[in-house]
Amino acid sequence: MEWDSIVAEYLAVCQIRRAMDLLFTDAQDEFRHQVRRWLEANVPSEARGTGPLRSLDTAEGFEAHRLWERTMYDARWSVVSWPAEFGGRGVGLMEWLIFEEEYYRAAAPTRVSQNGIFLLAPTLFEFGTPEQQARFLPSMASGEVIWCQGWSEPDAGSDLAGIRSRAERAGGSAGADASASGGWVLNGQKTWCSRGAFAHWLFGLFRTDPAAQKHRGLTYFLVPMDAPGVTVRPIAQLDGETGFAEVFFEDVSVPENQVLGTVDQGWSVAMATAGSERGLSLRSPARYTEAAGRLLSLYRQRAERDPVAARRVADAVARAVIDAEAYKLHTYWTATRVLDGGSVGPEASMNKVFWSETDLAIYEAALALLGEEAELFGADGHPSSWLDGFLFALAGPIYAGTNEIQRNVVAERVLGLPRV
Amino acid sequence: MHFAFDENQLEFRSQLRALTDKSCTPADIREAWASERGWSPSRWAALAEMGVLGLTVPENYDGLGLGLVDLVLLLEEAGRSGLPEPLLETTALAVPVLRDAGGAGAEQRRARWLGAIAAGDAVVAVGTASMPAVPGAGRADLLLLERGGELHAVEAAATRQTARRSLDGSRRPAEVAWEPAPATLLASGGDAVGVLASLADRAAMGTGAVLLGVADRLITMTAAYAVERVQFGRPIGSFQAVKHHLANALIRLEFARPAVYRSAWSLDHGDPEASRHASMAKALAADAATGAARMALQVHGAIGYTEEHDVQLWMKRAWSLAAAWGDAPTHRARVLERILGAGGH
Repeated sequence: MEWDSIVAEYLAVCQIRRAMDLLFTDAQDEFRHQVRRWLEANVPSEARGTGPLRSLDTAEGFEAHRLWERTMYDARWSVVSWPAEFGGRGVGLMEWLIFEEEYYRAAAPTRVSQNGIFLLAPTLFEFGTPEQQARFLPSMASGEVIWCQGWSEPDAGSDLAGIRSRAERAGGSAGADASASGGWVLNGQKTWCSRGAFAHWLFGLFRTDPAAQKHRGLTYFLVPMDAPGVTVRPIAQLDGETGFAEVFFEDVSVPENQVLGTVDQGWSVAMATAGSERGLSLRSPARYTEAAGRLLSLYRQRAERDPVAARRVADAVARAVIDAEAYKLHTYWTATRVLDGGSVGPEASMNKVFWSETDLAIYEAALALLGEEAELFGADGHPSSWLDGFLFALAGPIYAGTNEIQRNVVAERVLGLPRV
Repeated sequence: MHFAFDENQLEFRSQLRALTDKSCTPADIREAWASERGWSPSRWAALAEMGVLGLTVPENYDGLGLGLVDLVLLLEEAGRSGLPEPLLETTALAVPVLRDAGGAGAEQRRARWLGAIAAGDAVVAVGTASMPAVPGAGRADLLLLERGGELHAVEAAATRQTARRSLDGSRRPAEVAWEPAPATLLASGGDAVGVLASLADRAAMGTGAVLLGVADRLITMTAAYAVERVQFGRPIGSFQAVKHHLANALIRLEFARPAVYRSAWSLDHGDPEASRHASMAKALAADAATGAARMALQVHGAIGYTEEHDVQLWMKRAWSLAAAWGDAPTHRARVLERILGAGGH
């Protein structure tokens, strides 16, 4: 019988199969304890008189956050998944997720270096020359150099390939032969550069071939913010702090060795970074599961004081908590696939929509619990962490490619719907 | 941590898919829905032969002795194919109750029923006290019924049934009148509480798994329709409003899936949080499926509102199963209660 043989075969192979296992290995548990011990002893805290740090979007807070990055780097905790030669520990994806869980559990400071270590670094590892890697990665890992992104322009937001800022060969020659080693001259304007007000370097796309089609003819550049001709204009955000900035380029000279990847191939180089941002690396699930845990504590407090008012928000709280956990499970699911040799393609766009909406749902539920209290600033003159988190979460569906663009990507590249 | 199915589990799913692709077409489903019994004995026999019906039956009763992680993809496949037969009720609900319930006569009951179930010769229905009607009662040989905190195993001949029509043609519910007797008692007191609680958890996970497949089919059908249907001179799937409906449905499904799989693992491994995990699975899967149904109807437009179009077969499954064994808001409330009741997070 056909089925009998299939079943027999099935049972035979059952002996050697790699079963689903949702527990961590002993080595992973040990790694977790190591991380936890170090963070418990070192995270800036009120009790130790070292924290909490001011917002990293203030001059004082920015420096304090850089110092924290240095402390982590000295103990080799700032970039655990990187190779040892660049300051990491060479651990795998699961261990990185464990590190993140512990980092958020310890309520450690926001990573001021996140644009560099999470977004630029994967691109540098993939496209950078050995010289570029040695030059840029260690200073990024130590917080010495903080990077900002130069993607959006006033007329190129969702339509990112509409970038108009340009880079021309130094000396004005279009011919590659005459001035190939003479570097480039940048002109134009970037905007919504997160950390732009204080960052030291910028990575971004500039048009190198105006005649080419939109997605072609772009090149990925690395630019110091103190180069002559760079002007930064900080922009106050919804929360009143200068979290991002406009950056103007007027005849800014950039040497050849600050091109990342191939000239005119910047779009594909940049998309590797965009994938990291939407996918696993920028928004690890611990960020949301920890916030969901705090939401549950808030719910409990409120329910004790006024059960009727709290119950009104119960379903929204449950939804937010469940979605945060669903994101975590999905991340383990995806991480397993990657470790088994799979890859993350356009599905990363589903991640981006889900984490950004989950984040917002958590803070909306918290604000609903707080009611009229939500908008009141504390005695220190600052918004509560709930209000602050809400304002930040509102940006999620917009940055890293708006959720409308992500939904288009999902529909076209995952479900196969027509582009036009 | 290795959150993936093994090759055998994936292969078993492929085998079931090959069978349903051939013998569970929309025409087959319609035939079953229109039939007296509501299902196809020959398809049931094919499932038995494949080993699916005995998957959770212990090996000494001629089953495969496997767990819910081995089963969950097959339940999902049942949803995807629109399988009208009571695969979920048999493998995830009835068999584990008969297998695990102790007490007097348990051994004889197992000997009498488990092998017969694995062979496809006996069908069991499950009815709890809160159900207005027992799904699949009319085609069952044995009914596992709850009353007054007790669980009884009652042979169909000893019941009086009033069939109820229902929207989902696979459900086949009936009101069942029966008298408990010492000979029918399966579990009482604390035993019954335990058996019923784990039954409810498996049911939440299992309906969740079927709903994943239902949502998947609704999305696939609708995407295909959106490519083919032309208005204003272009496929409607090229309009952003339509794209976003479909993308949202797919995202809900994508993030429900791992939660259902995790729930199956937790139940297999006696995880102390297994109940919460099951509720979370059902809440996410039910929303994914009812959301997909709503989206599918809207994108299909008027043709989706007809009995003639196949999309209704899966929409109706989505609605009935989303409500079965606790709807999404009920399970969300349970998740919250369990977390807050535990005193921490």
